[in-house]
Formats: sequence, C-alpha cells, structure tokens
Amino acid sequence: MEKGIVFAGFGGQGILLAGKVLARAGMNRGLEVTWLPSYGPEMRGGTANCTVVIADFPIGSPVVDCPDALVAMNAPSLDKFEERVAEGGIIVANSSLVKRPVKRGDVRAIPIPANDIAAELGNPRVINMVALGALVRALGVVSLEEIQRAMEEELHGKGRDKLIELNREALRRGFSEAEKYLS
Amino acid sequence: MSRVLMRGNEAIAEAAIRSGLKCYFCYPITPQGEMVEYMARELPKRGGVFLQAESEVAAINMVYGAAAAGVRTMTSSSSPGISLKQEGISYIAMARLPCVIVNMMRGGPGLGNIAPAQGDYFQATKGGGHGDYRLIVLAPSTVPEAAELVRLAFDLSDKYRVPAMLLADGMIGQMMEPVELPEPVDPDRIPPRPWAVTGARGRPKNVVSSFDLEPEGLREMNLVLQETYREIERNEVRWEEVETGDAELLLVAYGTVGRIAKTVVRLAREEGLPVGLFRPITLWPFPYEPLRMLAEKVGTVLTVELSAGQMWEDVRLAVEGRAETPFYGELGGVVPSPKRILEEVRKYVG
Repeated sequence: MEKGIVFAGFGGQGILLAGKVLARAGMNRGLEVTWLPSYGPEMRGGTANCTVVIADFPIGSPVVDCPDALVAMNAPSLDKFEERVAEGGIIVANSSLVKRPVKRGDVRAIPIPANDIAAELGNPRVINMVALGALVRALGVVSLEEIQRAMEEELHGKGRDKLIELNREALRRGFSEAEKYLS
Repeated sequence: MSRVLMRGNEAIAEAAIRSGLKCYFCYPITPQGEMVEYMARELPKRGGVFLQAESEVAAINMVYGAAAAGVRTMTSSSSPGISLKQEGISYIAMARLPCVIVNMMRGGPGLGNIAPAQGDYFQATKGGGHGDYRLIVLAPSTVPEAAELVRLAFDLSDKYRVPAMLLADGMIGQMMEPVELPEPVDPDRIPPRPWAVTGARGRPKNVVSSFDLEPEGLREMNLVLQETYREIERNEVRWEEVETGDAELLLVAYGTVGRIAKTVVRLAREEGLPVGLFRPITLWPFPYEPLRMLAEKVGTVLTVELSAGQMWEDVRLAVEGRAETPFYGELGGVVPSPKRILEEVRKYVG
C-alpha cells in the first residue's frame, strides 16, 4: 500500500497543518510517512500545498506524480491539480469556494462546504480539519479516532489546547459529510 | 525507541546536540532556517552556546576558534552562505581541526532560489576553498539518515581531524519524516583533544596554525593532510545498493534524487526492466571501486543529479569506459518526479 495525497489552497487555510496531522496519524499507526511542503516565498493569501505519502514499506520518492487523493481548498488548487489525480482517486473540494464541479469522471468527487461547516461550528479557521475529516473517510487508511488523536498531539501544548474540542468536532463533521458521497 | 515526526532541519539540529555539540555559529538563510531556530531555542538550555554571527565569514571563523579550543562545533548554511565560508573552511582544514558544516543546497549559481538543488557537489568534494584539502562529505537521502549521518560526521571528523560536511538540500531540510533520534553521546566517548589550546599552565603550549613560511615546513604539513586523506579513502567509503544483482541499467544518484530513484527502481521492476540503484553516501571519499565493479556487469550507468553533471565526472572516473555513462540532470531547483526519471531509463533498457 502506498498513497500519495496533495493538500492545496491559499496560505492561511491550514493546508500544511492538515497534512501534518495526517502524516502523524499514519506514523502513529506504524506506517511510513513523508510530509513535503511547498516552501516558496509564499505568505498568507498566496498559494500553499503539501504532499503526504503514506505506505507500509519504506518510502522512496516524497514527490508524487499522480496523487491518489487531492484536497483542493480553493478554485485555483482544483484547476492546478485535478488533471494529475490518479484514475479512481479522490478529490475533496471545498465547495464553499470552489463553485465548479469536478470535471473528471474517473475519480470520486467529494464536495465539502468546509467554510460553511466551519462557520456553523463558530470558527472559520477549522476549515482544514473539516476537509481532512472528509478525506480520512474517503481514504480509509486511518480511522476518525486516529486522526482526532493525531490532531490533539499536534495542537497539544502549543497554546492551542482550548481549540482541541472544536477541531475534534470539525474532523467528525467532515468525516460524516463525506458519507453522503461514499455509500 | 519511539519515532518522532520531524523536519530534516530540526532532526539534524537535535542529532547534533545529542552528539555533544557545544558551540553552534550561524548566519540565517533559507532553506535551513529551522535549524537556526531550533538551535537558538534548544542549545543554550542544554549547556551549549548558540551565536548568530554578523556574517557567514564571522560564523565560520568562530567555528575555527571553538574547534581549536577543543569542543564539538558546527555551522550550517545554504549554498551562497557556504560559498562565503570557504576561506575559513580552508584554514580549518590546514589547521587539522574537527568540525561539522551543514550545507542545505539550493538553486544557484548566484542568489539563485530556495528550491532543492545539488549544484555544490564540486565545491564540497573538490575543494571549494584554496589549497590541497578535502572534506569528508556525507550525503543523506532521508530525514532519519540525516540524523544518523550528523553523528557519523562528528565521529569521523574527530577521528581524522578533518572537517566534515553534511551535504543535503532544501527538500531534506524542509520535509518531515518519522525519526529515531540517536541516544545522547557519552561525553567520555568523545575523543580527547591533546592538541587543543585550552591554557598551557603546567604543560608545553599547543599551537594551532594553518601556515608555515618555510616551503619545506609547509610541504610537511601538506603531506600529513594527504596521508590522512589516503587513510580515509581506504577506511570510510560508504554507499547503498538496491537491486543491483541482475541489473542491466544502474542508476547512480545521491541525496534527494537517490531516494526518488528508489521509487524509479520499483516502478521499473514492475515493468520487468532490470534496473538497479547505486547510491553514494560518502561523496568524498567517492565509492569509485564498488561502482567500478558493478560497471563490469551492467551495460549502462545512468547518472541522475540536480546539477549539470558534477557527480557524473566521478562516475565516469569510476566506470572508465566499462559501460555506457549517459546523464540526466535538472537545474534551477526543478526536482524530477519518478515518472520523469523512468522516461530516461526507458531510453536505455527494455
């Protein structure tokens, strides 16, 4: 098993953190992981992406040609990466900002209104965890509990402990939202 | 032992501290900024000195001083910053002082960019500064290997009194992987430094110097260096082979490209293509002999680098016409994907 996942969006949307949480969940499960950020001179409002690879054998390339899954948090990200997604792959698109449908017919498209769900939860910053929850449901490599625990470890002790409960809920909402497209 | 998820830059810093690092001097530059940050936060708490110098030139000369005073010392930078340090490195080499220099290579020449590249191979392995000297050059291809090779860099540098360079690139610095960190080194296991300038009360004075105005004297100093280098060449060559047994095409790649090439080998084998990988871990001393032996058995030795063909020169010196030696390189910080390299492979096999 080897899965490559690309997270892409605006800087400030929590793209890098979402990838880190997934990588940590994979590691906790005893799998091999790599987390590779785009680290250009990009600031809040620019584009950001990271690539996570999860495998049950030592990982060679952290660079992925055809990701098995794409999390596109905005329209430019979907435009940029849609064509590269592997046949039969997953595209989680933030439908609050991505107003067009996924064009590819050979992938599983999961539109998630991440901004709207985050607004309902009372904090727009958890859009990344909403999208990550949906991805985890579709990917099936780690469980909801495992991703929640990885998120807790990531936020713990960095002055963000009070946000853990909110982020747990965001992951759960994304996870169950994805159900609709997978049954 | 438990695994922690760490960036390459942080894993190198932590491994250095656990290797008994006492003095770290730096001047910040991307893509190795996290190393500076980590050292600033951690090293003073753990009994070491962190000092951000006024320039790269100052930082490397502080390393010279700390090494002469007998402590484990290190500096880190990225390509343009390493260029600035070359004069100091040459002095340290001639003064026969141990130290570790980390270069997280980025796109060049000139200011270039901050993307991963391997254009400093010549600088690292063939000199860089003036005079007849060598660095021990170790090239990790993963984050855990980077942590492991930091420890080795300190140990080899102490053993031979030759500065060691960890030559990686922005990708290894920036990416995260699970790492098993080395146990903190027992201070008693760090080799004694009877030559260090520690205050001469009660003993004859020590002199650390990189010069002798008499040509015969300077020749003697040079001969000592050369003898040491021959010994290192005999003892310290390191490399990794993947699926070389029945390979008809041998990829040669190091560092970031070395790991990408492992995926290429897997993809090629899935297609039934007899492809193997030879990954130098020591770039100096370069593994000429083991590569030469493999070249006898394969038809083609394809070098892949993020440069215009710098390591390729050493590959051809090793192969000496025993096999075809094509080259594929990317420049400017472009990193080829496994499929892109596989396209090159298919030109020569299958």
